[in-house]
Amino acid sequence: MDWLQQAIAEGRQARAAPGQPRAFVDAAGWRQAGAHLAAGRGTLLSLWGEADAAHLCALVNGAIGILTLACPAARLPSIGSLHLPALRLERAMRDLYGLQSENAADTRPWLDHGRWGVQHPLGPCRPASLGSDAYRFYGAEGPPMHQIPVGPVHAGIIEPGHFRFTANGETIVRLEERLGYVHKGIDHLLAGATLERGAQLVGRVSGDSTVAYALAFAHAVETALGLAPPPRALWLRALMAELERIANHLGDIGAICNDASFSLLHTHCGILREGVLRTAERAFGHRLMMDRIVPGGVTAELTADGHAAVAALVATIRRHFPALVELYDGTASLQNRTVSTGILRPEFALQYGAGGFIGRASARAFDARKTPGYAPYPDLSFDVPVRQAGDVDARVWVRIEEVQQSLALIEQILQGQPAGALRTQYQGRGDEEGREGLALIEGFRGDILAWVRLAAGGRLARCHLRDPSWFQWPLLEVAIEGNIVADFPLCNKSFNCSYSGHDL
Amino acid sequence: MRKLLLESLLQLPLTERAPAPEAKELADLARGLGTAARRRLGRSLAIREVDAGSCNGCELEIHALNNAYYDLERFGLRFVASPRHADVLLVTGPVSKNMREALERTYAATPAPKWVVAAGDCAAGCGVFLGSYACVGAVASVIPVDLTIPGCPPPPLALLKGLIALMEASAAATPAR
Repeated sequence: MDWLQQAIAEGRQARAAPGQPRAFVDAAGWRQAGAHLAAGRGTLLSLWGEADAAHLCALVNGAIGILTLACPAARLPSIGSLHLPALRLERAMRDLYGLQSENAADTRPWLDHGRWGVQHPLGPCRPASLGSDAYRFYGAEGPPMHQIPVGPVHAGIIEPGHFRFTANGETIVRLEERLGYVHKGIDHLLAGATLERGAQLVGRVSGDSTVAYALAFAHAVETALGLAPPPRALWLRALMAELERIANHLGDIGAICNDASFSLLHTHCGILREGVLRTAERAFGHRLMMDRIVPGGVTAELTADGHAAVAALVATIRRHFPALVELYDGTASLQNRTVSTGILRPEFALQYGAGGFIGRASARAFDARKTPGYAPYPDLSFDVPVRQAGDVDARVWVRIEEVQQSLALIEQILQGQPAGALRTQYQGRGDEEGREGLALIEGFRGDILAWVRLAAGGRLARCHLRDPSWFQWPLLEVAIEGNIVADFPLCNKSFNCSYSGHDL
Repeated sequence: MRKLLLESLLQLPLTERAPAPEAKELADLARGLGTAARRRLGRSLAIREVDAGSCNGCELEIHALNNAYYDLERFGLRFVASPRHADVLLVTGPVSKNMREALERTYAATPAPKWVVAAGDCAAGCGVFLGSYACVGAVASVIPVDLTIPGCPPPPLALLKGLIALMEASAAATPAR
C-alpha cells in the first residue's frame, strides 16, 4: 500500500464517488503528503481551497486520491515550501479563499493585483481599497545585468501576461512571469450555478480547449450523479476532442515556425487548421464546438453530411500534411532555430507533472486518455508519442506525431461509432447535496482536472478547474534560462500555455 | 519546398470573395466618424488587438483573419505590434479589473484619430461573466467604442464584415487623391 492509499485508509472518509476516494488528514498528514510529493513519490495533480478547507489531489502509482485538511483558523502548513509545483496554487488559494500557508516560500499575491475592490472574494470577503499593483520581482544583480519588462499587452495577437527578463547582453539570466491579468472570477461564478450555466462557463475557461473543458466538467458531474451518458455520446465527444487537438496542434506548428520567421509553413498549417474549423462548423454547428458537450451527453448529432465532411477532412490532411512535415524536417535554417533551443530537462517535467506535449517532449509519457483512461479510448488504438530532447524541436515533433495519432483515432471513431441516443436526461432524485466527482481529461495542452461538489437541487456548490498550464508556466522560466532574448517568442509558442485557463 | 511553392503557384487562390458589410453597421459608423479623420486615414487601417480578459476564443478567430481564406491584408487592414502604430483598437474580453489600466493606457498610447472595435459578446456586454467581482464589464464602460461585433466568438466572416465596414465608412467621405 502506498502512502496515499494509506493516508486515505486511515483518515475519515468524505462522501466521494466510488473509486475516487477522499479522506481527511490532520496538519501532520498534510505536511507528510508534501514530503512524499517532494521526494518524487507521486505527482501533484492539484491543490485548491474552500472557505474552511483545503484539498490536495495526487496521482500515485496510477491511482488518484484526494486529501482534505480542515482549516477552521484559515491556516495550514505549506506544501509549496516542500514541493515547488504547489507554490502558485497556494498563492492563488490565499488570494481567493484567504487560507494562509504557514512558512510559505513566497508570500506575494498571485491572482490578486489589488484591483478587485475586495480581498479574499471567496473566503472572508472584505472590501479593500484599490491600491497600486506594484509587484516585487526577483532580481539578478551585477553590473552588466539589465531588465526587460514585457506585457501585459504583447506585440502579437496573444493573451495578456507580464514577463520580466533579466538579461546579460543578449542572454537571459532570469525570467519571471507575472500572471493573473485575465482573472475573471470563474470559481465565484460557478458557486451556486445550475449545471447548464456551469457547462457554459466552463466551456469559456480557455477557448482553445473548450471541448476538453466541457468534457472534463461533464465527466465530473456525471460521476457525482452516477449518470451514464449513452455510448454514442461518448464517441462523438471523442471525435470533437480529437478535432480540437488537431486544430490546435496545426495552429501551433505553424505559429512556432512563424516565430522562427518561416512563414511558408505558417500559411500552409493555417489552411489546414481552417479546414478543421470549417469541418467542425459543418459537423457540429460551431467552429470551436462550444457548448456541444453537456452533462449527460452531447447536444449535436453527427449527420451523414457531417460524417462525410469529417472523412474528407482526414483525407485532406493526410494528403497535405506529410509534405509540410518533410519541409519542417528538411529546412536547415528552421532546424537551426528549433533544435537545442529552450531545453526542458526531463527531471523538471517529472517534478512538475508537466502534461501534454511539454511533458512528452521531455520524456514524461503521461496521457490522461491512457491513465486513468476514459471511454471510448480503451476501445481505440493509439500511441502516445514521447521524445527525450526537451527542446522546441521535440515539442514540434510531439505535436506532429499527435496529429497523426488523432487522424487515426478519428478514422476509428467514424468507423466504430455506435448508433443511439445523444443524451441521458437526469431525473432529480433529491439526494444531490454533497455528491462529488473528479475528472482528468486530456486536452490538447495536457491533462485538465475538474472537481465538483453539488448542492441541493443539483446546483454546483464548488467547482475546481485546474488547467495544465499551472504546471507548465513555471517550467518556461527554467527552459528559457541561458537562451537569447530573441528566442523567447519561439520558446513561449512551443509551450503555448493558456493565460485564461490559468488565471480563471 | 520548391514543389510546395510550385503547387501554390499553379492552383487557384484559396482566398474567398469579400463579404459586404451590413447597412446598419455602415450607418452606425458613419455617424461616429469625423470627416477630418476619414480624410487622414484613407483606405488603410492599422489594427492593434487587445485582449482585455478574453477566454482566447476570440483571439483564435482574429488570428484566422490572417489565413489564406480571409487574407485581411488585401483590404489594407493589418495588425500592428504597438498601439503607437495603430488606428484601430480591436478589444476582446469582459475587461477584467486586472486589465483595466492596461487597456486605458493602450488607448491613451494610440494616436488620434482612432477607433475602438469591441469584438465578441464579452466585449459587447460582459457575456457569461456578468456579475463577477473580477470583471468591469463591456469595453464601452472603460473606453469609447465605435463598433461592436457580437458572437461567441464572432466567426472570421463576421469580424471581416465589421472591419470592412469600418474601412468603407472611413473612406466614404475621403476625396479622391
